[in-house]
Amino acid sequence: MSRLTPVDLGVEVVAGLTQRFGRTLLTGLGTALGVAAFVAVLGLSATARGQVSERFTALAATEVTLERMSLGALDPVAFPQVGQDAVAALPGVREVGVSWTVPVGDDRVTARPGDRGDAIAVTAVTPGYLRAIHATMAAGVPLDRFHEERAERVVVLGRAAAARLGVSRVDAQPAVFIGAEPFTVVGIVDTVDRASDALLSVMVPSATASRVWGPPKSGTVTRMLVETDLGAAAQVGRQAPVAARPDSPELVRAVVPPDPHALHDQVTGDLDVLFLGLALVCLVIGTVSIANTSLVAILERVSEIGLRRALGARRRHIGAQFLLESAFLGLLGGLVGTAVGLVTVLVAALVQRWTPILDPLLVYPAPLLGTVTGIVGGLYPAWRATRVEPAAALRS
Amino acid sequence: MTAPVVELRGIGRTYEGPPEVVALRPCDLVIARGERVSVVGPSGSGKSTWLNLVGLLDRPTTGDYLLDGVNTAELPDSARTELRSRRIGFVFQSFHLLAHRSAVENVMLGLLYQGGKRAHRRSTAMAVLDRVGLTACAESAAGVLSGGERQRVAIARALVAEPSLLLCDEPTGNLDSGSAERVLDLIDGVHRDGQTVVIVTHDEHVAAAAPRRVVIRDGLVCG
Ligand SMILES: Nc1ncnc2c1ncn2[C@@H]1O[C@H](COP(=O)(O)OP(=O)(O)OP(=O)(O)O)[C@@H](O)[C@H]1O
Ligand SMILES: [Mg+2]
Repeated sequence: MSRLTPVDLGVEVVAGLTQRFGRTLLTGLGTALGVAAFVAVLGLSATARGQVSERFTALAATEVTLERMSLGALDPVAFPQVGQDAVAALPGVREVGVSWTVPVGDDRVTARPGDRGDAIAVTAVTPGYLRAIHATMAAGVPLDRFHEERAERVVVLGRAAAARLGVSRVDAQPAVFIGAEPFTVVGIVDTVDRASDALLSVMVPSATASRVWGPPKSGTVTRMLVETDLGAAAQVGRQAPVAARPDSPELVRAVVPPDPHALHDQVTGDLDVLFLGLALVCLVIGTVSIANTSLVAILERVSEIGLRRALGARRRHIGAQFLLESAFLGLLGGLVGTAVGLVTVLVAALVQRWTPILDPLLVYPAPLLGTVTGIVGGLYPAWRATRVEPAAALRS
Repeated sequence: MTAPVVELRGIGRTYEGPPEVVALRPCDLVIARGERVSVVGPSGSGKSTWLNLVGLLDRPTTGDYLLDGVNTAELPDSARTELRSRRIGFVFQSFHLLAHRSAVENVMLGLLYQGGKRAHRRSTAMAVLDRVGLTACAESAAGVLSGGERQRVAIARALVAEPSLLLCDEPTGNLDSGSAERVLDLIDGVHRDGQTVVIVTHDEHVAAAAPRRVVIRDGLVCG
């Protein structure tokens, strides 16, 4: 039986491809583009999705903020106690805290009356606010219901504010002055998970602030920070304005975190489908271009095929040689395309300052995708090659 | 008593039309081992048809063909292919070399489909190239050789598998007279070493060099 060893077959295939090097490169281009698009799309969408989920940590996803502007003397309190209690009673709500920036005017916060002092923000807060921002204490105790209900003249200092005022201990009940008013420091906040500006401010019970400086002036924005259960934010965001101010919910602005599912779906939906479609088109073009070039090559090489048959090649040897040429062409295109796709993902991630995410299960088979286009594109031409009759091919 | 190399028993070839062409009428012919035969005839008389049948490149529509005593009529395609690669060496008018491959690789092609070690094929090919006087050109691409050199490479390729029969179709048809002379000398030498040779040709001068002449006229073979 006539036979052809795999090594000899490989030598013939490589020789066939290299003798038309320029054309080989051009033919592989379509497949390379298709595979590159494929890798880039999957890599970019995985990378983008990674950033989406990084940004939407559980912390951000469980935070709803209500904002309302005070309307002055007619309607001084943005979120009255009943409203706070109603929001706290909503399903999925964990903590509710209200805060606003106290307009202290030219008054400075000082450790001793008469000091020049720093421009340190004074914030009116409810006890729930410190719980909602996950405040931990470096010293002393947080503000509590007792301070609030009795409008005690006490403050809690953020860590940075305490450092500026030179207060580090509270056991001796140090005082700070806001303007000329003395306040007893009951605690120093060490860390917070949300609203990190709290570390720079002096926090007074909201009732105390109302008594000393009056309720928030017209135009002051009062915020209600609501901590929810995971997944409840959107629902709470819809219900809270009504609960907080049933008389005028339209004046309450609710800030809810974007739904990570919606974003994720949007990324997969829009980007992936569009670009995967594009990649598929490129792959089809690659397949057709391989099929076309291989067919032309076979017509050009009819006499070579006839010669090989005369020298003892069987139909299957001819078929294997030409199919392997196409497959190899596809593999080359696939390798080049994978490299180009990877570089695209890396550059895009670099520009966006993202962490590139590449699933090896997608990257490794990518060159095989090129091989598949080569085989599919090469099937018909290879079959045509096996049909060449040696006698006809050797005429002329 | 060895069998003749070629024994044709009433073999003929009709091309199914339309129109139907009787290219070769049934003929008998025997070519003994070591013979040198020229086949002549006008254009369109059926020379190539006859050569394709004898070269196992085509199947006859009638008759039996015994090559080295083996009846090829009943053999399946794969066995005919095997027989062709081992027993018949072809030389064509237009050489049919792979232009981008070296001379020695072209010669090695004559052994490619018989398996065997690559190194062994190469040394065999080099020996045959030496015999046709082209050792110096062994590594040159076939495309850069002159016409006469190309035909000598083709003859080396035909001989490398040590065939029973060397079949040449117009071997000097594309050559100038000087190169043609050298190629005919080479074929002469090969014949003198005992090779059975059949040359199909138009050329009276080429035909005259052979002791035996077969004439084909309108598909009729007269030996
Ligand atoms: N594949 C084919 N199909 C149909 N008819 C054919 C085929 N091949 C050859 N013929 C016809 O058979 C006859 C013999 O052709 P053939 O090629 O054998 O002649 P030839 O002697 O080799 O001619 P030349 O000297 O011009 O090469 C011609 O009439 C030709 O037209
Ligand atoms: Mg002819």
